Amino acid sequence: MTTQNIPKIMKQGSWVPWLYLLPALIVMSFFIVYPMINTISLSFGNKDGTAPASTTCVEGKPCWGIFEDYRYALTAELNFSSAGALWDSFWKSSFGNNLKWIILMTAGTVGIGLAYAVLADRVKYEALAKAILFMPMAISFVGAGIIWKFVYDYGTKQVQIGLLNSIITSFGGKPVSWLSTPGLNTLMLILVGVWIWTGFCMTILSAALKSVPEDILEAARVDGATEWSTFWKVTVPIIMPTILVVITTMVINVLKLFDIVYVMTGGNFSTNVIANRMYTEMYKNFNVGRGTAIAVVLVLAIIPFIYFNIRRFLEQEAIR
Amino acid sequence: MNRDQINKFFSRIPTHVIVIVTMIIWIVPTLGLLITSLRPVQAINTTGWWTAFSTPPGAAAYQQYCSTCHGTDGKKLPNADLTNPAVVSQVGRSTQLLAVLQKPIDDQPHTGNTSLPTPQEAATIAVYLRGLAGGATAARFTLSNYVDALVGYRGRSSYASDCSSHTQALDLQCNISDVLNPRGMGRAFINSLLVTIPATILPILFAAFAGYAFAWLDFKGRFLLFAVLVGLQVVPLQMTLVPISRIYAQLGLNGTFLGVWLFHTGFGLPYAIYLMRNFLGSLPSDLFEAAYIDGASHWTVFRSLVIPLAMPAIASLGIFQFLWVWNDLLVALVFLGGTTPVMTYQISNMVTSLGAGWQLLTAAAFLSMVLPMVVFFSLQRYFVRGMLAGAVKG
Repeated sequence: MTTQNIPKIMKQGSWVPWLYLLPALIVMSFFIVYPMINTISLSFGNKDGTAPASTTCVEGKPCWGIFEDYRYALTAELNFSSAGALWDSFWKSSFGNNLKWIILMTAGTVGIGLAYAVLADRVKYEALAKAILFMPMAISFVGAGIIWKFVYDYGTKQVQIGLLNSIITSFGGKPVSWLSTPGLNTLMLILVGVWIWTGFCMTILSAALKSVPEDILEAARVDGATEWSTFWKVTVPIIMPTILVVITTMVINVLKLFDIVYVMTGGNFSTNVIANRMYTEMYKNFNVGRGTAIAVVLVLAIIPFIYFNIRRFLEQEAIR
Repeated sequence: MNRDQINKFFSRIPTHVIVIVTMIIWIVPTLGLLITSLRPVQAINTTGWWTAFSTPPGAAAYQQYCSTCHGTDGKKLPNADLTNPAVVSQVGRSTQLLAVLQKPIDDQPHTGNTSLPTPQEAATIAVYLRGLAGGATAARFTLSNYVDALVGYRGRSSYASDCSSHTQALDLQCNISDVLNPRGMGRAFINSLLVTIPATILPILFAAFAGYAFAWLDFKGRFLLFAVLVGLQVVPLQMTLVPISRIYAQLGLNGTFLGVWLFHTGFGLPYAIYLMRNFLGSLPSDLFEAAYIDGASHWTVFRSLVIPLAMPAIASLGIFQFLWVWNDLLVALVFLGGTTPVMTYQISNMVTSLGAGWQLLTAAAFLSMVLPMVVFFSLQRYFVRGMLAGAVKG
């Protein structure tokens, strides 16, 4: 914006721009800025925000004073009796699950999305191939939850109406209760997330791939590079900025993820994630202090990405 | 085809295989949902949806042993009408069936020259006969699940049969007004529309104003304010739910459409303004200069130049915001809840508290997907364009 010159003639009245900004600024400050500040202050309070969090401390139990709600948010799911128990309980906690989500879902969506973008580029039915992968983006998480709950259905001894168990039993295997087996169930939920979001990554990466100049690739091929090494040594470095953008977008999305878990398991069988835990504290246990503390933890996790986003914006502006 | 082309063809086979297999994996779950939603309840719970098009079990064995005399529909012999439940109940189990088949008729073997079926075959025939008598094989597909989902039917059989026997639930009238039953998807569809349309128009309108100011007007703190806006794009919704619901409780906005519209507007704006400003900023400045030299005011320029030119960006944003609001569960759950249920709420309620059967869930889920799918496939171009312009919303 610094480089964009606004013609002098257009500068009429210093208050005019604010008239155009006013509706948006009012709504945004009321719905985003003010609540953020309020949430932070509530996170230091008790159940209904009437007294400081330190008053909820229980005699003889660990207490973090004014940060009592944060103690709950960070440690309530963990078991500190031994290092092994801590490790196990971490991977069953909402933080451990969110970490699994971040790593596996980001890797899955970006990996499959990139591979598919490269391959679909080489077939004649590219448009159809992409539309099909992209279609789940139009489906709500709730709808996707139903679709996959049906795929994962754990039937009776005789009848399997769930696709996955039916495939397993037709090969003589035993049906698996995909959604209530701890450890396995989070993976199955992540698979649903991958199904939904791969199309998003694929579309953006595909556009980036198409913008790689053909003559650079041609030059590499003429020099005797194989397709494989051309891809890794020429294409990938060129589209790296886009890959990073997609990765950060995915991580942010995953951190906020709520609906899939809420609909498919309700956070039970150790599948909970931060956003669902916040919802439970807030609207099922009606504990405002704890709920907001979890929300603040979520924002703290996202802050690095806010920074990344602004920095990328500044870089883009510099080349405009 | 020369050698090169043949080589090229074969070297591409792996690509095709991977692409096509991925396509199949991606489409099959949704296809399963669609097919299931169209099948009768009994069929859904006893066989997988992939068997919907195959012949029912026992059909082949029936053809082999029975159809010559009884006919393919089982009605050929009036004395032994196999569609009659009274007749079939005597041979409904494989042992009963075998016993009957072993008894000679008029001193001739029951099955004539054909040998008797094995016990396994007899069992499948018995199942097939039960189907014939119960009319189960008659209709493979039905729309009754959709009717049940639309009116919010919760009983054990179906809306149509309950209504014809006058045993319907108290909240059903068995006329067209049932579509508006608060428990049904029909009402939820209307609620979803009422939530989504204003919640799509408002942020676009506000964003067009603000985007114009950011792109073409000069004011103090323009750059800083916009950088803040970029940061706001990724603020999670969860961060603001509690304070807003507390304020709404005081203002009486909980459970109202206005409350949800404003909330979605607030959260849609950062990204909408970002996209608008980038789009408008890329228009040539000569255009604006010329308009001002002709003496146009900002308002005239905005109305008759900016809005028409921004149509592609408005279309992209519109689809984004529409899909986002339509598919949202969390905001609807918190601010609307059960008083004015939208489609996502209604479905999640069926899953979490009612444990509704698959026939209702699949039909309801598909009903909620129809409109976004239509919007998505008809306007895919704009959707992709908007996404590429920097989608960091979610």
